[in-house]
Amino acid sequence: MKLLNMSLAALHRLLKEKKISSTELTKEFLRHIQKAEPNLRSFLTITEEIALRKAEETDKKIAGQQPIGILEGIPMALKDNICTEGIPTTCASRILENFVPPYDATVTEKLKEAGTVLVGKLNMDEFAMGSTTENSGFYPTANPWDFARVPGGSSGGSAAAVAAREVPFALGSDTGGSIRQPAAFCGVVGLKPTYGAVSRYGLVAFASSLDQIGPLTKTVEDSALVLNIIAGHDPKDSTSVPFIKPDYTQYLENNVKDMKIGVPREFFAQGLKPEVQTVIEEAVRVYEQLGAQVEECSLPHMEYALPAYYLIASAECSSNLARYDGVRYGYRAKAEDMIDMFTTSRTEGFGQEVKRRIMLGTYALSSGYYDAYYAKAQKIRTLIKEDFEQAFTKFDVLLSPTTPTIAYRLGEKTDPLALYLGDVYTIPINLAGLPSISLPAGFADGMPVGLQLIGKHFAEGILLRAAYTFEQNTEHHKKIPAWLEEASKNVF
Amino acid sequence: MSKYEAVIGLEVHVELKTNTKLYCGCSTAFGKEPNTQVCPVCLGLPGSTGVLNRKAVELATKAGLALNCEIETYTWFDRKNYYYPDLPKGYQISQVFRPIAHNGYLDIEVDGRNKRIHIRRAHLEEDPGKLTHSGSSITTSHSSCVDYNRSGIPLIEIVSEPEISSGAEAKAYLEKLKAILEYAGVSDVKMEQGSLRCDANVSVRPLGTSTLGTKTEIKNMNSFRAVERAIEYEIERQIEVLEDGGEIIQETRGWDENKGITVAMRNKENPDYRCFMDQEIAHIELTPEWIEGVRATLPELPDARRKRLIEEHGLPAYDAEIITSSLDLAEFFDAVYAEFPDAKTISNWIMGELLRLLNARNMELFEAKVTPKYFAKLLELIKKGTISNKIGKEVFEQMFETGQDPERIVKDKGLVQISDEGQLASILTEVIAKNPKSVADFQSGKEQALGFLVGQVMKATKGQANPGLVNSMLRKMLSQNNSG
Repeated sequence: MKLLNMSLAALHRLLKEKKISSTELTKEFLRHIQKAEPNLRSFLTITEEIALRKAEETDKKIAGQQPIGILEGIPMALKDNICTEGIPTTCASRILENFVPPYDATVTEKLKEAGTVLVGKLNMDEFAMGSTTENSGFYPTANPWDFARVPGGSSGGSAAAVAAREVPFALGSDTGGSIRQPAAFCGVVGLKPTYGAVSRYGLVAFASSLDQIGPLTKTVEDSALVLNIIAGHDPKDSTSVPFIKPDYTQYLENNVKDMKIGVPREFFAQGLKPEVQTVIEEAVRVYEQLGAQVEECSLPHMEYALPAYYLIASAECSSNLARYDGVRYGYRAKAEDMIDMFTTSRTEGFGQEVKRRIMLGTYALSSGYYDAYYAKAQKIRTLIKEDFEQAFTKFDVLLSPTTPTIAYRLGEKTDPLALYLGDVYTIPINLAGLPSISLPAGFADGMPVGLQLIGKHFAEGILLRAAYTFEQNTEHHKKIPAWLEEASKNVF
Repeated sequence: MSKYEAVIGLEVHVELKTNTKLYCGCSTAFGKEPNTQVCPVCLGLPGSTGVLNRKAVELATKAGLALNCEIETYTWFDRKNYYYPDLPKGYQISQVFRPIAHNGYLDIEVDGRNKRIHIRRAHLEEDPGKLTHSGSSITTSHSSCVDYNRSGIPLIEIVSEPEISSGAEAKAYLEKLKAILEYAGVSDVKMEQGSLRCDANVSVRPLGTSTLGTKTEIKNMNSFRAVERAIEYEIERQIEVLEDGGEIIQETRGWDENKGITVAMRNKENPDYRCFMDQEIAHIELTPEWIEGVRATLPELPDARRKRLIEEHGLPAYDAEIITSSLDLAEFFDAVYAEFPDAKTISNWIMGELLRLLNARNMELFEAKVTPKYFAKLLELIKKGTISNKIGKEVFEQMFETGQDPERIVKDKGLVQISDEGQLASILTEVIAKNPKSVADFQSGKEQALGFLVGQVMKATKGQANPGLVNSMLRKMLSQNNSG
């Protein structure tokens, strides 16, 4: 097993047994980043100096015979909408190009305390709005499996970086599928925890009632290890839920016997590409062979999820993004007066998609339209929650494709509505606040296909068990892009 | 009689007396260096999320109860979206759809008439920052500075029903509101520090009609007196416009204190705040038991105290009203009464001397040095006849300035009243000798001539003679002379 491909547990063993130092490990990944970046461009900022300083701390601890934590000394990177004290946090937006937060997000703080080594900040769709990372205000990121394709989004940089082995793990954020969809497109594991399981303090808000931070990893086990660090109640975030955080690794059991898995027929409706459907149907057979009880079920209101989501998320974003007005930080345009400053700064600072959603949300909240759009969308949200509650009276987990298609070609999708339709399987889960994981389920046209599992609130454990069992009985997650075979052979 | 009546509603913002801000742990202390009491939350930095201040909810509940409101057991926060440099998030977190308190009232008295003014709602919200312009306004200034120390300070906005009909009623409403909130301990209610701010919605309509006229919103009033004057001016202005066949424009007008007029600030084209439920601050759930627990902590409020002063101490309603108008004054009264249980004398002295000096020097009671204990001692000295009422006033002024013991002032200045008949007799003899005409007048039945003679004695003794004694001695001596 080569270094770049190693699991978090394996890297931890190497560090603990002093077979490698954190500094060597960090340098190895930084070297690989330097090599991979010209093709990928997953990073917006590389924090080499900070990383090496942090690695040195761990090395001192190890040298001093002090015990180290499971993720200590291991490199990682964060989506660029997660605040990092003293390190630019741009949300891939021109309007925040010069913004350096004076504080750490709670997850940043937790990962720091756990001793992880931050090597950089990752590209994304501007303010997490998009599903291709082409909406980055700086440059698009490529899919490691095919540089001519998108990595998905909005956590495209995070998914690409993990898939290309630039980092052992990364954090992303998921408002309507922004962790799971790029995970599916890039062939990695992406977990969106239950809303309220991970603190949102320091995550630059897109849609506050939907946003949730989660890990992108190579394996399910790695996902559980990262979740162990980042989950838990945070008194600084009112939406964070006080719950008893388990050790998620205890659920990593190769057993789905008698697990009840529901397959909602609405997730196999029109728009699903046959080659993706084939892969998911094969996954269903795997579960059946392993002894799970798989049954078709229905979530009758799913067809309304997409419009409801785009109204709610846009409405919230129109308010959340109002603070970027050029007054205190970020981009300020030259202007004649106050109103001109607000208008011009925002016109020049935001990209097309962000402006589109701000306008949509502003419209939806305007007096005279509120009831017809925003209020109605909230009602649909309730119906969708109830659909899931109903289904979970019968099933332990629900199974679906993560996306209806494989990764698009760069520049292929220009119609925003067509892109929105690509989120149709992931969005309902955010509306209901449920935990959900996407894991590699196979390939179509040489590109990865993601399998999505959905659980009850705070049932990350059973999701992880279902995902782990699938992973243990399949080989898809072990495949890496051909160009990487060489790279990972050459080191260590 | 005017052919019009005015319809006035007041919106009052009151800062709650918490140590920390509404959604973060920053200090609320007044008058600190700009932008030193700030954090990512009250600066609205990207990614920050706020957490509700429990104490603010408690104080808002207390305020609501003190104003006879119903308290909601389940409520939440909403966002009011608008752009302004003092608003760091581009929205204000307020309670639009379900205020924590609603449907209350307070009672006022104007010109001897009682009136109940209903309170539509009282809700919690955060204060924006404070703007300072290099010029007179943000549009005409070359530069403006923002201080976010104030950003996030908890406020309650108290909205009255449009049941106020005059400037005087508005002033009485504000005075009562201030007293209630001060008694309840929910706010410092200091208009000069901005912990109480008031906007007035004013419209007029022909007497006997029920449809509301177009209203204007009056801002920039910095004292209760200014509110009264601004409203009176605005009523007259609107009536004049209508009488001239014009139309009232719905707009915001600023009060110009120096010119004594209101001036159009901006047209209010019904701004659309696009209000919707905030998704970040936890909702408020209150149990009836908790609310009753807060009610139990309410102290005696102005109306109850006023009633007590009238019923138990026999004070006239007018005196009781004035003494209970501020908690400090009411407490002062009670403290004096504990040592000198003559309510009316105390109230005469409070209203006549204490308030006169406070007003003249533009001071608050807590700034005056006189203590209730010495105040009582002074009244005791007068009662015993050690000093006269007149000298008492002199002594009081000195106590007011220095906080000294009145006994000591009297002694040091030799102000003790002359009640020694022997000492007085020689002075009286002298005065009688010098004023034969007045003596003759008195003796021929002109009673007022005696007053003149007493005055001459007081003058000769620099006011120290016991006036009662002088009076009776003079009568005696003059009638002896006459018969003799």
